[in-house]
Amino acid sequence: MKPTDVKDPDYFHKVVDCQWACPAHTPVPEYIRLIAQGKFTEAYLVNRRSNVFPGILGRVCDRPCEPACRRGRVEEEPVAICRLKRVAADHRDEVAHLVPQRPERTNGKKIALVGAGPASLTVANDLAPLGYECTVFEAMHRPGGLMISNIPAFRLPEEVLDEEIGYIEKMGVEIKLNHRVESLKALKDEGYDAIFIGSGAPKGKDLKIEGRDEAEANIHIGIEWLENVAFEHTKAIGKKVLIIGVGNTAMDCCRTSLRLGADDVKVMARKPREFFKASPWELEDAEEENVEILVNHSPKRFVVENGKLTGMEFELMEYQLDESGRITDTKVAGRKIIPCDDVILAIGQENAFPWIERDAGIEFDKWGVPIVDETTHESTVKGVFFGGDSAFGPKNIIWAVEHGHQAAISIHKHCQGESVAERMPRGLNLNSAKMGVNEWMYSNAFDASDRREMPLVELKQRLADRRKEVEVGFTDEQIITEVQRCLNCDVQTVFEAPLCKECDACLDICPVDCLSIVPAAEEADLRQTLRVPANNTEQAVYVSEPLRDTGRVMVKDEDLCLHCGLCAERCPTSAWDMQDADIFIPHAIEEAEGVAAE
Amino acid sequence: MTSMPKPKISKHLPTNALGLTIRNYEGVMSTLCAGCGHDSVTAALVQAFWELNLAPESAAKVSGIGCSSKTTAYFMGQSHGINCVHGRMPSVATGANAVNGDLHYIGISGDGDSLSIGFGQFAHAIRRNLNMLYMIENNGVYGLTKGQFSASADIGTKSKKGLANEQTPIDPCVQALTLGAGFVARSFSGDKSQLVPLIKAALMHKGFAVIDVISPCVTFNDHAGSTKSYAHTYKYYHPLVHTDFVAQADEITGAPDEDGLLSVTLHDGGVLRLRQTESDYDPRDRAQAIETLMTPSDSGEIRTGLLYLNEDMGDMHASNSLPARPLNTIPQDVLCPGSEALAKLQARYR
Repeated sequence: MKPTDVKDPDYFHKVVDCQWACPAHTPVPEYIRLIAQGKFTEAYLVNRRSNVFPGILGRVCDRPCEPACRRGRVEEEPVAICRLKRVAADHRDEVAHLVPQRPERTNGKKIALVGAGPASLTVANDLAPLGYECTVFEAMHRPGGLMISNIPAFRLPEEVLDEEIGYIEKMGVEIKLNHRVESLKALKDEGYDAIFIGSGAPKGKDLKIEGRDEAEANIHIGIEWLENVAFEHTKAIGKKVLIIGVGNTAMDCCRTSLRLGADDVKVMARKPREFFKASPWELEDAEEENVEILVNHSPKRFVVENGKLTGMEFELMEYQLDESGRITDTKVAGRKIIPCDDVILAIGQENAFPWIERDAGIEFDKWGVPIVDETTHESTVKGVFFGGDSAFGPKNIIWAVEHGHQAAISIHKHCQGESVAERMPRGLNLNSAKMGVNEWMYSNAFDASDRREMPLVELKQRLADRRKEVEVGFTDEQIITEVQRCLNCDVQTVFEAPLCKECDACLDICPVDCLSIVPAAEEADLRQTLRVPANNTEQAVYVSEPLRDTGRVMVKDEDLCLHCGLCAERCPTSAWDMQDADIFIPHAIEEAEGVAAE
Repeated sequence: MTSMPKPKISKHLPTNALGLTIRNYEGVMSTLCAGCGHDSVTAALVQAFWELNLAPESAAKVSGIGCSSKTTAYFMGQSHGINCVHGRMPSVATGANAVNGDLHYIGISGDGDSLSIGFGQFAHAIRRNLNMLYMIENNGVYGLTKGQFSASADIGTKSKKGLANEQTPIDPCVQALTLGAGFVARSFSGDKSQLVPLIKAALMHKGFAVIDVISPCVTFNDHAGSTKSYAHTYKYYHPLVHTDFVAQADEITGAPDEDGLLSVTLHDGGVLRLRQTESDYDPRDRAQAIETLMTPSDSGEIRTGLLYLNEDMGDMHASNSLPARPLNTIPQDVLCPGSEALAKLQARYR
């Protein structure tokens, strides 16, 4: 196996599991350290550079970072990264003057953005300060897209949305509300230099089974129903409600039903719990509000009596699973009618582009999804870009933000007459974190505390007011503890082979036994010769150049490293050093200014 | 030393037959210099004890004075132990062993503690064939008093200031062989693949087992010109015998009829598998062992491995007919015959 090239920006980036897993590559350990120092404003701005909406995402992000968090491999629970993001947003000072500002003059390039959701808003956030004239077209009477229409206010207060969208508006972005785009051709004819389509996946899936049409009045499509609630067109629902589907939208529907007067809400799942699409914490939040989740119920028909919905019939399913948890056999074990007053369908959503003429040049695949380049986000028509759910189907807010960043780079290059495919590479700056003997510029001690639990508003109080935010936010004690749980994975262990005298000091002190000095071998064999075999092949092994005295190699399994720096503290020659890895992720502004990594 | 103790994380670690991870065999934070060989010896002891499935409380750690003697605090925090007077560890170990022969005695000493102030004690512990593992963490200098040459410093080796040593070194392995030790080995802190099996075998050997471990002093004796530096030891490192310890409970696999392979059964039923790495060296031949060690090598090689083994010697308990049971398990009325018996005894001398 060849020595590891630590100059490759992706090598150490992958070690920072949270940052690598985050679509927008938010430098999580960096902002957690800032919070630990009480620098909430700085922590907010570090977040904002990557994910644009820290206050929003600190509440409702899908958190791909948390399942990736190294802490979850070292002990039971990952760091409460999302909660800490909210801490930065809650405790910061005024940042209106610190975010990118409206330029003195524009550059004359006009950009049309369809849909005022997170994707379009990110594009505007990246381009408006550079002088681009951005116009956002929004069908609803408020900006935010699904963030306002689909995410209930008890999870995401409107003030938070308004404030963070407001920063972008103040950059000189024009948001045309109540302005549904009806024709791409007509939009193109208006002479924009580029068009960005971030119109989401606005079509909720229907369930066409027996009784559907007769019971129309009491059957609701989840995302439409949530929008009607958010904009107060719907203010009540029956006492007994069934939610069909078990994704995150289903969780929002069941919890919203409770706030609109339902007292018996059941979420009906076709498969066992391990197949649920909803995030574990959203399931927990719903169950905490006494929502019942029934597994292995497959919808058969709506039961209608005297023209009114009275219940729903399900087939009771039995599944055979193999060792890897895949379904190998399905059996219907019986049938059951469950009475209800209303049914909400939350079984998925789809892209819908009724406004894009089929002869406008945009090619679609057989599922009606536009063909979009995954890097440049350009469609089959030059100058027309897609992002967010409209690009590759439903994902989440943080993906929409990253799509926006990448599309903004493409739009900038397109408007400057440059190739959209030639993009600035990612970079890496490594700086020693050593401050003195056994002193580092980060807190390297391991804190064994358990993950802190978010305090919640008392149940009765929260059900009484649909807008009452359920999560209170971390207390001071919780913040102080939770920040210390972060392992500082961005402070890297960097090895200088020529300095090593093979004294074994680092091997002996490593608390997770991740270091070994072994004869060089091919990776698969090498992984098995280590003191603790490196069986998690998703994590890299760091292999040194041959060592001076024996020609063996130093190998580090990155999987469980605590980044505690004990190897560097024990090293008599500083062959091991702890170095702060600053991962440089270029955005449109760096492309415009030509500033790469130092 | 480090700024903090090793965090106790064991989720990733296997457990041994006692359900313990290797973490359960560690001790308090080491205060030795970063890179000290002694810390590696400590780690090897921890590993050997864990692999042998011995309960930490079945060990008694004894030591004298010196950097080496501090290390008993750094492993098996749940064991018995005493850190006693300089050079007098063998006497204390003898007393402890006499009253409780069931424990595994681990004596940790250094070249100063064993070859200078405690030389006589070292010799007589061997004569008594005390059942213990006697580790000499040998670095050729008095590290705790800033690096003067010790009695094991080779002729010509240079001090940190550049002065050469002119006095003849004492070789603890040659001394142990001439004094009649039944288990004599030399190893290197940088080679746990050799050291760990040796420690396991030594713990299972019934009698005095000495392992002289070259354990470089990273602060005072790890420079060019030193013959006990990491670089010098790696360069001239030469195992005479390859040692594999197979515990009684383990399945014995491999090729027993491989050329030069020698199996020796230890008193507990475990098997030592020795493979010659050089022709005609037989670790059961005491005279050959002494001759080999005393013949200077042209290439300057440092001969390591299990140099001599004799499983047929009775230990101190056997030769002195000491009680097999530890005294603390013998009921008080048996242990102390009472004033009547005392009066009777005294009457015999009237």
